[in-house]
Amino acid sequence: MLSVSDIEKTYDEQPLLKGVSFSVEENETVCLLGPSGSGKSTLLRIIAGLEEPEGGDVRWDNASLAGVPTHQRRFGLMFQDYALFPHRNVAENIAFGLKMQNLPADEIRLRVENALQTIGMTGFSKRKVTELSGGEQQRVALARALAPNPRMLMLDEPLGALDRALRATLSQELRHILHDSKIPAIYVTHDQEEAFAIADRLLLLHQGSILQSGRPHEFFHRPCNAWVARFFGLGNLIGGTVTSQVPLQVETPLGMIHASCQNQVPALGQHTTLLFRPSQARQAPTLSENKVTGKVLDQVFQGEKFLVSLFINEQVPLFNIMLPEPVSLGDVLAVNYQPTDVLCLNNGA
Amino acid sequence: MTATIRTLRRWTNHPVGRGLLLWLLPAVFLGYFFYQPLLALFSLALKPTPGFSLFALNFNRLWRPFSFTIGQATLSTLLTLIIGLPGAWLFTYFDFPGKRFFKTLTTLPFILPTVVVAAGFNAFLGPRGWVNLALISQFNLAAPPIQFLNTFSAILIAHVFYNTTIVLRVVSNAWSGQNLRLQHAAQVLGASPWRTFTEVTLPQLKPAILAATFLVFLFNFTSFGVVLMLGGPQFATLEVEIYTQALYLLNLPLASILSILQLLCTLLITLGHNRVSGLGDLVSSPPARGITPRKPGKALERVVLFVILAALFVLLVAPLASLAARSFVKLEPTRGERGTIERGLTLQFYRELTVNRRGDLFFVPPIMAARNSFLFALITIGLTLTLGLMVGYAQQHTTILNKIMDPVLMLPLGASAITLGLGFIIVFNRPPFSTLRFPILLPIAHALVALPFIVRTLAPALKNISPSLRNAARVLGASPLRVWREVDLPLLTPSILISAIFALTISMGEFGASTFLVRPDYPTLPVAIFRYISQPGALNYGQALAMSTILMLVCAAGIFAIEKLQKSEKDGV
Repeated sequence: MLSVSDIEKTYDEQPLLKGVSFSVEENETVCLLGPSGSGKSTLLRIIAGLEEPEGGDVRWDNASLAGVPTHQRRFGLMFQDYALFPHRNVAENIAFGLKMQNLPADEIRLRVENALQTIGMTGFSKRKVTELSGGEQQRVALARALAPNPRMLMLDEPLGALDRALRATLSQELRHILHDSKIPAIYVTHDQEEAFAIADRLLLLHQGSILQSGRPHEFFHRPCNAWVARFFGLGNLIGGTVTSQVPLQVETPLGMIHASCQNQVPALGQHTTLLFRPSQARQAPTLSENKVTGKVLDQVFQGEKFLVSLFINEQVPLFNIMLPEPVSLGDVLAVNYQPTDVLCLNNGA
Repeated sequence: MTATIRTLRRWTNHPVGRGLLLWLLPAVFLGYFFYQPLLALFSLALKPTPGFSLFALNFNRLWRPFSFTIGQATLSTLLTLIIGLPGAWLFTYFDFPGKRFFKTLTTLPFILPTVVVAAGFNAFLGPRGWVNLALISQFNLAAPPIQFLNTFSAILIAHVFYNTTIVLRVVSNAWSGQNLRLQHAAQVLGASPWRTFTEVTLPQLKPAILAATFLVFLFNFTSFGVVLMLGGPQFATLEVEIYTQALYLLNLPLASILSILQLLCTLLITLGHNRVSGLGDLVSSPPARGITPRKPGKALERVVLFVILAALFVLLVAPLASLAARSFVKLEPTRGERGTIERGLTLQFYRELTVNRRGDLFFVPPIMAARNSFLFALITIGLTLTLGLMVGYAQQHTTILNKIMDPVLMLPLGASAITLGLGFIIVFNRPPFSTLRFPILLPIAHALVALPFIVRTLAPALKNISPSLRNAARVLGASPLRVWREVDLPLLTPSILISAIFALTISMGEFGASTFLVRPDYPTLPVAIFRYISQPGALNYGQALAMSTILMLVCAAGIFAIEKLQKSEKDGV
């Protein structure tokens, strides 16, 4: 299906995309996740043909799309601000793409009806788009993008302009609609929760290239470097220096820590970052290995457990752990980490 | 006594009372100087007088000027759109050298008096203009080869000159404010560039194009000076016909009927304009991504760009440049001068302005016309600012009064200066106002012409002053008068200056009403230019052009100052 290779683009003389490559398979919803300003939207515009890449290639079924103008690419694109045509009503907006295919009026009417049914807005056809609420506009924009049966759909922060409660329900709905339509999709967002809710596969875009790609849970279990772990807020990140490779030992402000790593073992003397997940802290006072001791600064009840903030020392003023039972402020606590639970990560960018 | 003061104070503290007090003077002024003449026109038109009756009227005498006015206005408007729309496209999508210069240039026609424009085209294409004189000397001709003056095309070209910039400004503003994403959305949905234009861009531009069309049509419909000076006697629009009937044939009843017809038409056009310009507000949403102009790329683009720019340049610059240049150059003999003629650069036309020659058209040196115009303009400024501020403050208090007064106030905008002049003649040409004795009528008429513009400038500025500023000043111990001086006045100063300049340029250039009201020994600049330019003799012609150049410079300086002020106001300096 779609394959994107080595896309390069500069913006204001700064490199924005530095060789981005990925592909989208049949029936797959790929989520392009990245902080704002990482070039996600630009990438979509390049795929749509609204902008020219400075290097690299966009291919569909192995045929290059270079030189194919936007209106002949048969992709759907849903804009962040929806870009509904203010001079057309709801039905006319949805019919636009069908009209461009010069379909007979009867068929257009039928398909617009169906589209309105899909988004649960039958009876809205004659309404002005300027009078719709944010959520309604979002649905109309989705229906408009889907109506002409695009061979791929791209969505640029489609929920970005909506409030939180609405986002949760709409992202569910969106997942069902995308799944039912069986159209491959690229979904751009900076919101991880949204990305986890929608994506079959996640691409993390950072500093102009794809930093990591995979199923959503893989980012949790195996973040490829410290930046990814920080971006997803996986836990306490403590810097240190490798003092032994087998077994892997790292000298940190917490003391000497036994850790594990997923790929290549770092070299002796290398600066690395260790990930301590709050949920993996154990209260086993008999063990002396990987002991973390600190004073309780604060605790917040989070449904099933308590999130407790510890003060360890000057270098590590804040260390979060999850505990099943409440503790008292000011108490001194000791917890342990198993070596397999402490992940040694590249410092990254 | 104290009881009276207390009642007064209670009145002024009540919003309705304050509104009434503030509306009082403007209402009296408008009632006396606008609605009274208007009513007089109506009664004169409807009342049978010896030798004239509305019911015995040959309707051809109305139909002929009416149909000609509609016809020329339609044709002028179409031509204006043909030139203006490509210009708007160019200004929206492209960056090119001199764009700023062109932008400034397009503000000029808004404020240039008709006599100056007519004189400009005269100096460019008229029998004594550059093109004809060049052709004569080149090919040794006996008569000017290009017949421009007194032709229908002269009227059309001058109208296109005037109004192209309206289309250019209104449409290109709306165009560059369009959300580029909408065009992208259309393309992604499969619309080719051409269909994107017809299905998305054009429908969104429609309100702006319609609004510009109505405005241009209105200006063409009410155009007077240009038609009179360039078209000559055989082309009678409603305005010119009113003028001729009233001042030369002394048929005041017929002139009144024509005036009423004219007033009804302009009202209809204005209503149409208001409806379509209201549409535009509904559609426009804040642009997420506007259109950024770029440099022209392909050779074809460059050629198209060059052709449009060249056409605009010739249209807008040539007449004005010809005017200024021609006023410094002597090319033909002065009347009575024989033998070899000295040709070349000269300041003679300007020097002669101060000389009172025997056999001159007026009994005063022509430069006195400039002085008169300036004096009248000062009175106009005083009148319009006083009335404009009162109206502005009155509009602040939202009472039922405003609903009544707003249309009452804006009606003079629809009335033409000719109608106004005619009404003044009918009502006031007797003591204590008789034009022959009392030149104050002229600035009053000018004030009526300028007032709607001034109100539209002042009202938004007044609305922008937050009431909490005034309250803060009062809490800090400022008396009401002090509050006005310390808060309102400084914040209003730019708008007041802009209004004053508007009033100045409108008054200095006003021609229609002036032709009715001017006194022979108190000529104004436009009237003097009109008289001099149609006289034989190089000296008269040169003097007309010199005066036109002075007027043009005053107006150019005015619009330049307004642009500066508006810019500094926007930047918050």
